[in-house]
Amino acid sequence: MSAVALVLRAGARDLARNRWLLAYGLGLAGVAELLFLFGGAGNQVVLSLLNATLLLVPLVALVFGTMHVYASREFIELLLAQPLARPAVFTGLYLGLALPLTAAFLLGIGVPLLLHGAAAEAPRAALVALAAGGVFLTATFSALAMAIALGTDDRLKGMSLSLAAWFLLTIGYDGGVLAVVSLFGNWPLERPLLGLMLGNPVDLARVLVLTSLDASALLGYTGALFRRAFGSAVGPLIALAALSLWCALPVSLARRRFVRRDF
Amino acid sequence: MITLDGLRKAYGPRSVLDGVSLALAPGRITALVGPNGSGKTTLIKCLLGLARPDAGRILLDGVAIDAAGAYRARIGYAPQAPHFPANLAVGEVFAMLRALRPGATIDEGLLESFGLRAEWGTPVGTLSGGWRQKVSLAAAWLFRPDVLILDEPTAGLDPIAAGLFKHALRGARSDGRTVCITSHILSELEEFADDVAFLNEGRLRFAGPVHALLEETGMRRLEPAIAALLRGLRVEQGGVGAVA
Repeated sequence: MSAVALVLRAGARDLARNRWLLAYGLGLAGVAELLFLFGGAGNQVVLSLLNATLLLVPLVALVFGTMHVYASREFIELLLAQPLARPAVFTGLYLGLALPLTAAFLLGIGVPLLLHGAAAEAPRAALVALAAGGVFLTATFSALAMAIALGTDDRLKGMSLSLAAWFLLTIGYDGGVLAVVSLFGNWPLERPLLGLMLGNPVDLARVLVLTSLDASALLGYTGALFRRAFGSAVGPLIALAALSLWCALPVSLARRRFVRRDF
Repeated sequence: MITLDGLRKAYGPRSVLDGVSLALAPGRITALVGPNGSGKTTLIKCLLGLARPDAGRILLDGVAIDAAGAYRARIGYAPQAPHFPANLAVGEVFAMLRALRPGATIDEGLLESFGLRAEWGTPVGTLSGGWRQKVSLAAAWLFRPDVLILDEPTAGLDPIAAGLFKHALRGARSDGRTVCITSHILSELEEFADDVAFLNEGRLRFAGPVHALLEETGMRRLEPAIAALLRGLRVEQGGVGAVA
């Protein structure tokens, strides 16, 4: 096995037995169960799950990821004292964090959906989009967590930065967009708003699911614009492409920090 | 043979290593000593490539160490405060380390004498500090490395484990391996150290055989000898307050 696979396996084995990760998966499943109890039909459950995903997945990936990197500090030093190249160790560590988080997410929302047969009710495209959105958010925000934790040795500062990043990208960004809309409502805002939406992975994940769910009323201002600009066939593809770029950004930042820094 | 040549390292404005040149000879145990914050751990991290020196060279048998890290196949390292992924079993840690160096010579002597097989299935996170130290030392010995770098290896070991460790240490010396060890317990270092390298505020203030240090300071034990060196430095630097 390659060094990447060995480091990944050690990390994944460790996290597969982690209590917090188990709680995350069960928590998501609990939310889904509650939605079925009170919500009803598949479409609505998918929508509510989307909202839960957009808030919870980035939060858990950031907070858990940051803590995990700090807790792994001595293990990272041990790995780096082996005859291994740093980029390989980084890739193994990143995948060893992102894959268990992804698995917890997919199982957490997937099992209740399958049990309730919602997979049959809701449009398949919407379910795939929800899964893809969650996977991309996990990959992006766990990389961001690594970049933050590798950037400062002060754990309190790292955790604060992670929470600030979560707040800015989930709640703060939407508020900013709303402020722009209400302040500049008399100008043609289509293009700048499309740009703003492409600039935030959480918005992109939302649009990805909503355009494939055929819920125009829920698309919101930016979502409707997005669909009008790109159409419902190309729209999700563009959102996926932008999400991939968004994922590559923190991954390369974290990798660069990992390769260059002193431990 | 490890040669450090004019090693410099600063963290921000703080200079941690200020031109350190030192040779670590094979078949000898070199005790790296110095007060807290004198640069011992930074020096070790430079040797391992965990930290990169700002200036100076590190040579292993005359060859400069490479960034890719292949030279680390010849080094066994036990860190000051070992931690492994908490939910991995002891056996899984060793299996991973072995898989990372396929084809390497395996030496499970220390692993066996510490009785680690009895804890093979125990999650590392539930081990006490002393047991984690045993795992870490057995891992450092595992590949029969030419070079052993041990940072505070006896901290947390019970007397029996410490005795087994010292036995293994002497074995490594008689095998002609290069050993570099840091400790604050000077009376213990005295038992096995051949050479002393004394660091203070990032500068090497003494390097040579233990007996040379004792002769130079006129002391019979390592502890007062080091204290005498430190006192000398403080007088040299002036400042009445510093003498106390």
